[in-house]
Amino acid sequence: MQLVDEFRDPAKGRALVEAIRSRLEAIAPARPLQIMEFCGGHTHAIFRYGLNQMLPEAVEWVHGPGCPVCVLPRERVDAAVEMARRPEVIFTSFGDALRVPGSAGSLREAGAEGADVRVVYSPLDALEIARRHPDREVVFFAIGFETTMPATALTVLRAEAEEIPNFSLLCHHITTPAAVRAILDDPDLSLDGIVAPGHVASVVGADTFRFIPTEYRVPTVVSGFEPLDILQSLWMVLGQLEAGKCRLENQYRRVVNEQGSRAGRAAIERVYELAEHSRWRGLGEIDRSGVRLRPNYARFDAERRFGLVSHVAEEEALPCGEVLKGRLKPRQCPHFGGRCRPEAPLGALMVSSEGACAAYFRYTA
Amino acid sequence: MSVDQWQEEKTMCLGVPGKIIAITDTERQLAKVDIGGVRREVNLACVAEEGQSLEACVGQWVLVHVGFALTLISAEEAERTLTLLAELEVDAAG
Ligand code: SF4
Repeated sequence: MQLVDEFRDPAKGRALVEAIRSRLEAIAPARPLQIMEFCGGHTHAIFRYGLNQMLPEAVEWVHGPGCPVCVLPRERVDAAVEMARRPEVIFTSFGDALRVPGSAGSLREAGAEGADVRVVYSPLDALEIARRHPDREVVFFAIGFETTMPATALTVLRAEAEEIPNFSLLCHHITTPAAVRAILDDPDLSLDGIVAPGHVASVVGADTFRFIPTEYRVPTVVSGFEPLDILQSLWMVLGQLEAGKCRLENQYRRVVNEQGSRAGRAAIERVYELAEHSRWRGLGEIDRSGVRLRPNYARFDAERRFGLVSHVAEEEALPCGEVLKGRLKPRQCPHFGGRCRPEAPLGALMVSSEGACAAYFRYTA
Repeated sequence: MSVDQWQEEKTMCLGVPGKIIAITDTERQLAKVDIGGVRREVNLACVAEEGQSLEACVGQWVLVHVGFALTLISAEEAERTLTLLAELEVDAAG
């Protein structure tokens, strides 16, 4: 057993598509059903395995804002670039964030101009760089949803335990439930189902998403990331619609339980607290949708350490937000494939392989 | 950039299953994990049971994400899901 290939079996995939088809026939919706996959990991898989092409037209995926790179606001990129340009700083980041455009270029461009910008696979690698370079300041760009939060929190705890003085975070962690609420509160959207983020749920617990069916009456299934996982989750959402039910189901039981990871949640709780609001590129400010370091850990806060004053940069009016909410298809954006391409992204949805526009660009003819 | 390269681009949100092969550093809670044939060092702080020796984790499947084992993967639950899908397959064929 390898726990990957089994969930990519084409024969089972075809059977699921058949089962989905017959449920759709039973429901016979008057308009295509809008199913939102919140998580960029799901968006990526849907395109990579061509799931959207295998499915009947009565199902329409709405690609939600669940890619942290896509919703990274311009001023945070600006802060990162400003920090990276300091001669004493080694700036470390996940590779995904490097190409996101800021007002004065991206981190990758700053690197090309001489800033010491390094891609790391894990925040622990950034800490290792700090150990090796005691004469430099090592800053890690801590972005991501609840999935990456335990990793950065545990890295801070390690830095504390080892008393590593030259390590800090530029923290822009954001939380899924607040963003899902912001979307569901939008009166222009009417979603028929939600495929909820499995890896976030593995940390915070499936129960975190129970508010979607109970408060918003939208059928919700926590899903894994292999093609069979996503098809099965869709089939489960349709099962609820067919039966006239609305509840939270968990397709990803092999990884996700109700409460999530005790140790992961404890580490997050210890190191971070909720911030009043956070800005999301394309969506604007969302209340209590992000975290910051607790006062006890203020010395690991790079913004404090470098006395950075963050200012909100004017954003060029781009239609990315409409795409994030599923009101506009990427191809309907006037910049798609013209001024905005993966090599030179104008909007962030074109940056990451999890962004809806990049996925359309790469995978649809 | 080719599509292949693009797919290989490290995306921060994806977790991958791996099997714990050996504990390498008890103090730092590090283990060698086999991820589809590639071995790398992974931190077990999120899956280690308090008061239990780390050795108990060897042989377990975990979801690996940015250098950390996020959660244990239940092989039985995986089996259960696959059995259900196999039944659908039989239905579709019949
Ligand atoms: S094509 Fe570019 S500008 Fe248009 S919505 Fe997509 S990312 Fe935004």
